[in-house]
Amino acid sequence: MSATDTLVSFRKVQKSYDGETLIVRDLNLDIRKGEFLTLLGPSGSGKTTSLMMLAGFETPTAGEIWLGDKRLDRVPPHKRDIGMVFQNYALFPHMTVAENVAFPLKVRGMGRGEISSKVKQALAMVQLDKFGGRYPGQMSGGQQQRVALARALVFQPQLVLMDEPLGALDKQLREHMQMEIKHIHAQLGVTVVYVTHDQSEALTMSDRVAVFHQGEIQQIDHPRALYEQPNNTFVANFIGENNRLAGTLHSQDGDTCAVRLPHGEMLHALAVKVGGAGSAVSLSIRPERVRLNRASEGCANRLTGRVEEFIYLGDHVRIRLEVAGARHFVVKQPIADLDRELKVNDVIPLGWDIEHARALDPAEAH
Amino acid sequence: MTTLAAKPPLLSKDGLPLKRQLARAERASKLKALALILPLVLFLAAVFVLPLIGLLGKSVDNPEVVRFMPRTVTALQGWDGRGLPAEAAYAAVAHDLAAAREAQTLGDLGKRLNMEVPGYRSLLGKTARRLPLEPAPAAFKTALTELDERWGDPVYWQAIRRNTEATTPFYLLAALDRHVDEQGEITRVDPGQAVYVDVFARTFWMSAVITVLCLLIAYPLAYLMASLPARRANLLMICVLLPFWTSVLVRVAAWIVLLQSGGLINGALQWLGLIDAPLQLVFNRLGVYIAMVHILLPFMILPIYSVMKGISPSYLRAAISLGSHPFAAFWRVYFPQTLAGIGAGGLLVFILCIGYYITPALLGSPNDQMVSYFVAFYTNSTVNWGMATALGGLLLIATLLLYIVYGWLVGAKSLKLG
Repeated sequence: MSATDTLVSFRKVQKSYDGETLIVRDLNLDIRKGEFLTLLGPSGSGKTTSLMMLAGFETPTAGEIWLGDKRLDRVPPHKRDIGMVFQNYALFPHMTVAENVAFPLKVRGMGRGEISSKVKQALAMVQLDKFGGRYPGQMSGGQQQRVALARALVFQPQLVLMDEPLGALDKQLREHMQMEIKHIHAQLGVTVVYVTHDQSEALTMSDRVAVFHQGEIQQIDHPRALYEQPNNTFVANFIGENNRLAGTLHSQDGDTCAVRLPHGEMLHALAVKVGGAGSAVSLSIRPERVRLNRASEGCANRLTGRVEEFIYLGDHVRIRLEVAGARHFVVKQPIADLDRELKVNDVIPLGWDIEHARALDPAEAH
Repeated sequence: MTTLAAKPPLLSKDGLPLKRQLARAERASKLKALALILPLVLFLAAVFVLPLIGLLGKSVDNPEVVRFMPRTVTALQGWDGRGLPAEAAYAAVAHDLAAAREAQTLGDLGKRLNMEVPGYRSLLGKTARRLPLEPAPAAFKTALTELDERWGDPVYWQAIRRNTEATTPFYLLAALDRHVDEQGEITRVDPGQAVYVDVFARTFWMSAVITVLCLLIAYPLAYLMASLPARRANLLMICVLLPFWTSVLVRVAAWIVLLQSGGLINGALQWLGLIDAPLQLVFNRLGVYIAMVHILLPFMILPIYSVMKGISPSYLRAAISLGSHPFAAFWRVYFPQTLAGIGAGGLLVFILCIGYYITPALLGSPNDQMVSYFVAFYTNSTVNWGMATALGGLLLIATLLLYIVYGWLVGAKSLKLG
């Protein structure tokens, strides 16, 4: 990636509200031109604060934000040329939909004819051409959010920020809007920074996802890498479902390592984030990577488990087992692969390959 | 399948129309709701609505002439108001006044007719003292005119004729500086006697000034309270409500102490060397403004604050992020959303103002008195219920009109906001 691809960069940014705790600890982040970047994290992880610093509604306590070769953190928010979409839409209730969308253009002193053609175009983009004369109060949540989207895009900002824009919508509408936003992004090529705490939303929509925890980015990567190659236990747990087995490091051999479980079983895994021999390790295995019964015969790591529960989910079945003392070991089986003979309390062999087990830092106490 | 035309009414399981069944099912809860507010309704009707209607009736009530001069009223029925009435009228007056003296109602009669023609009271007194005429004269007309030549002046007869009805527009017209002249036309009274139009104008002007001052002070404070964290906003709210817990009289007295020539404020200003002689801060318009703004401020703050509380700060942020300067964003996005609160607060303060009595009475000069002062004057000093209720009634009508206009404005607005 060359330097010209970077649109905005955070450099050693810190933010504290009370002078005692840091909401954002040490933020170094490059936002690339045209990408869809999602800031993902639990509430209080600093993702929204980071977004607000980008928009200019919060000032960094320390550090710098650069836009190209310009210090962005010294530009007042109304001159940053950044579109923003809010969770509660923030459509002006005393203006019609068309007036709302025209607002940023009017503020910029654009001519009447140009404004009306741009407003029309923007409303067409979100399929609300016929709603220009309505007031926001007369529209559904999904429609309001589309208006907000049109309003944030109509003045062709270099960057669009979205602060949990779909949080107030129901599941079906949310999924529909996710695709719509994604398609608009692809169509316009605008840079989007999107904040959410919903990991599936982040994986569905983004080019890259930055996982926030305790004021720091834990990992920033493509959705697939994030899911399949988490760098630490927090990311592994936060993104998708994850089985954890606690143990101690026995030995390390290049990329792989041997881990001893409390009952003495020896397992092999990729050494991603481990200390020296004897240090505590958390093994992370995705539920869909575990094979049961005969299918596990060729696996490098083999254990036995006792079936505790079946959870039927239509397209697949989740089987909860007790494995090596861990009672919440979950295995996902596609319905076609499920062995119908299997019953609760059956003891069965299971296993997984080395590349699907990642040895990470020990899990924090929750 | 049913046809599309003329859908039959929905029926419930019992075969009754669903609408009727619904009304029946809801009736019990409606009755219960009614029963809950019944004591309040009865209380309001007994102590507010009925007395109000009764008193408003007094502003057009005109019983004196009809009740105390019944013969004269009958005798004047044929008179067209030109020249002097016939002999029968003179005889009737003589009988009526003699009877009125017996019944001791001459005082009320004299007071009422004196409002029409100054000096009437003395004419009645003088005439009644000589009554009854013994022996009965051949012509009452000559006898009465001899007794007092004013009985030969048509003006005094016209005054009686104007009041042969049990209701009169006299007080309402007087409250607007109008009267019915000798020709029966509604005209302005002499400029020297005209006071009430000026008093009404002064009342509305002072109320408008106070409302605007309250708005200017309340708006920023309400904005501050709406944007502060809850705990500090509550503290401010207590400060705002604090004056509510003190009697108005005490606060007015305190303002006198503060503002008078030797008072705290003048003393401090002189001590600082900012002024040489004390400023006249009280017993004039300024004193009234200061105290009334102070007293009515909470009524402006609270509605505006409650409206501002409901406005999400993200509106302003959205406007700014869309490129609007913060001041412009405030003016174009935030301010229009607070109009309902401004309207409610302004209306509340204005309506309270136009009926205010005690503060102008204690802190103002005679030239700062408002309509309610004259209502009090006519009720307490001269016991002229007609004038008091006419002034009060006009004030009530003004208030209702304001309220209707406001309701119409806000109604139209909220409809528009959908």
